[in-house]
Amino acid sequence: MNVLKIATAGSVDDGKSTLIGRLLYDTKSLTEDKLEAIKKSSEQRGYDYLDFSLATDGLVAEREQGITIDVAHIYFSTPTKSYIIADTPGHVEYTRNMVTGASTSQVAIILIDARKGVIEQTYRHFFINNLLRVKNIIVAVNKMDLVDYSEEVFNNIKKDFEALNAKSTYGEQIVSYIPVSALKGDNIVDKTAAMSWYNGDTILGHLEELEAQDVYDAGKVRFPVQTVIRPKTDEFHDFRGYAGKISGGSLKVGDAVTVLPSLTQSKIKEIFFFDTSYDEAPAGSSVNITLEGDINVTRGDMLVKTGELPKIEKQVTATICWMDSKNLVPGTKYIVQHNTNRVLSKIESINSVIATDYTGEQENHNKLSLNEIGEVSIKLSKPIYFDSYADNKSNGAFILIDAQTNTTAGAGFIN
Amino acid sequence: METLINEIKAQTTTNTSVQGLGNALENEAIYIFREVVAQFEKPVLLFSGGKDSITLVRLAQKAFWPAKIPFPLMHIDTGHNFPETIAFRDKLVKELGVELIVRNVQDSIDQGKVVEETGKYASRNMLQTTTLLDAIEEFKFDACIGGARRDEEKARAKERIFSVRDDFGQWDEKNQRPELFDMLNGTIEIGQNVRVFPISNWTELDVWSYIQKEDIEIPSIYFAHQRNIFLRDGLIWSAEDDVVFRAEDEVVEERWVRFRTVGDMSCTAAVLSKADSIDKVVEEIRDSKISERGARIDDKRSEAAMEKRKQQGYF
Repeated sequence: MNVLKIATAGSVDDGKSTLIGRLLYDTKSLTEDKLEAIKKSSEQRGYDYLDFSLATDGLVAEREQGITIDVAHIYFSTPTKSYIIADTPGHVEYTRNMVTGASTSQVAIILIDARKGVIEQTYRHFFINNLLRVKNIIVAVNKMDLVDYSEEVFNNIKKDFEALNAKSTYGEQIVSYIPVSALKGDNIVDKTAAMSWYNGDTILGHLEELEAQDVYDAGKVRFPVQTVIRPKTDEFHDFRGYAGKISGGSLKVGDAVTVLPSLTQSKIKEIFFFDTSYDEAPAGSSVNITLEGDINVTRGDMLVKTGELPKIEKQVTATICWMDSKNLVPGTKYIVQHNTNRVLSKIESINSVIATDYTGEQENHNKLSLNEIGEVSIKLSKPIYFDSYADNKSNGAFILIDAQTNTTAGAGFIN
Repeated sequence: METLINEIKAQTTTNTSVQGLGNALENEAIYIFREVVAQFEKPVLLFSGGKDSITLVRLAQKAFWPAKIPFPLMHIDTGHNFPETIAFRDKLVKELGVELIVRNVQDSIDQGKVVEETGKYASRNMLQTTTLLDAIEEFKFDACIGGARRDEEKARAKERIFSVRDDFGQWDEKNQRPELFDMLNGTIEIGQNVRVFPISNWTELDVWSYIQKEDIEIPSIYFAHQRNIFLRDGLIWSAEDDVVFRAEDEVVEERWVRFRTVGDMSCTAAVLSKADSIDKVVEEIRDSKISERGARIDDKRSEAAMEKRKQQGYF
């Protein structure tokens, strides 16, 4: 079964959670006991409608304030596909959670309140989806029922968004526009009679058409080694396998490979998935690989096809999304986790802070605060072997770990 | 001949699909297991004898083959487990040749650390937390692998794959580490531990389909059988033993039932079912109108029941 991962984005009260609740309800994915719980809570809160957001806002604080604070993952399936939705918060201060949700998604649904149109937050959400190179964008113009299902309102919003799309930094992105009412269920799963002027797909109809392609499978093949498997049993006395998940392309038995960073040359001897050996393994497979010859490979090393070497450098420039309350300033040290490799790093300079509303960059800022995005130069204590994020998502991204607090303080996308 | 070649070609294409050799969820879970072993010194797999932890064991086998599973299994025994589950547990551990650690809630009660609940709804489910936290401290486990899934319950939907707990085992739900791409950050301070959920993204149906596809053995109580039961609050309780309090006016009758989740006997209700094989169970789950935890009495205590338990260190 194919799995399609979706992230939602929208401002406070644009109705993200309601839209998801509606998707669940109309695909019959909400079971009776969950629906009963929603009915009960809605009544207790004095609502005369079913508040579907109660299905997804899992924390007490969220239900109290009626907002989404943290990413929730919601699951539903149709006969053709399984869907995972990352329901991400709409508040400015929770940008980091939005980046988190978008980082694993192939589709983003950006909600716009039909009464408000394209607002600053819309810019921000679109920008993040540009930056993270989320391939498919669905612009859902919601609350159409509150603007008398007006075609004119929808077209104006579409025009505004198209102007925004012209500023996109990611040309291959596919943007679709759908007028909906999540509350009434118009164009979510079922087509509506209320907007006969709209001939396109419903949200679910559109999702069903999309390819469930893994986000990590574009580019050249990379195999970051997670751990070395040495059973030391009688039967497998000399077995030495390298466990990891293939990204970017497929690996075959007999492929000439180079081990990074040592640049040792070898050949793939066997590829195992559990106890079965295969001649070839595609991207996305968690396999166990043995190599010809007696060579030294450890966690953090990477196997690549000889002749397809990535960049190997001790200095990178990356776009950083800062996620910590402690500011990022030049001269500080962080641990870079890039695939399975961890390297101590020093922030050399913060070159610019990028306005997420496409109004440009601010230079000489010299710091990044929580939820800010900027271009940063980083010096590494040892080289890392990377591709640009545009070429290979999984080999072009990293996280910054604060060595004092151990927290994940930021996410980086290598230029 | 040509048709045969085409058939083989068609098969080859399916085998090299973008989702990898296993399915996407299986590959993700195997990846997570390997990250645990690489990033932590003393991991343990929390094993309840339920279908989710049995699935975890199979995935762990796949992650490290031909080596043995490189960590022990630990069972926090409430003393109120279904006998079938315990027998199954012991058999599985023997087959795998892995170490099994058992810590008993009864000991925590005897030591006066927790007090047994009384009354109609008395359950040892909540008491497990103390025994679990004590065991983590005793063995200095830094990673506890569990079979919780995000689709089970709305507070669990917010949980990370690597979920950090403080010295008191508490979950700080409002201040969780961001988890980007498939990069997992397991760095912690001494005293902290991480709860790891390799099947976070699986649904109940995914688990059952996997058990079906892999032909994994599970305890017999998951399949339809005749059992003495009684009804209370619209739920079906087992009356085969004296663990569950039963009032005199609660009438016992024999019915065909099976269990959809297997927890402590005092908080796990049965469902009426004739599904006596894995194929029938998968079919039943696919058509089910009630969620899995709909038969968990512990969740019905309040809307935030799970979140509160998790804050206190519940698994």
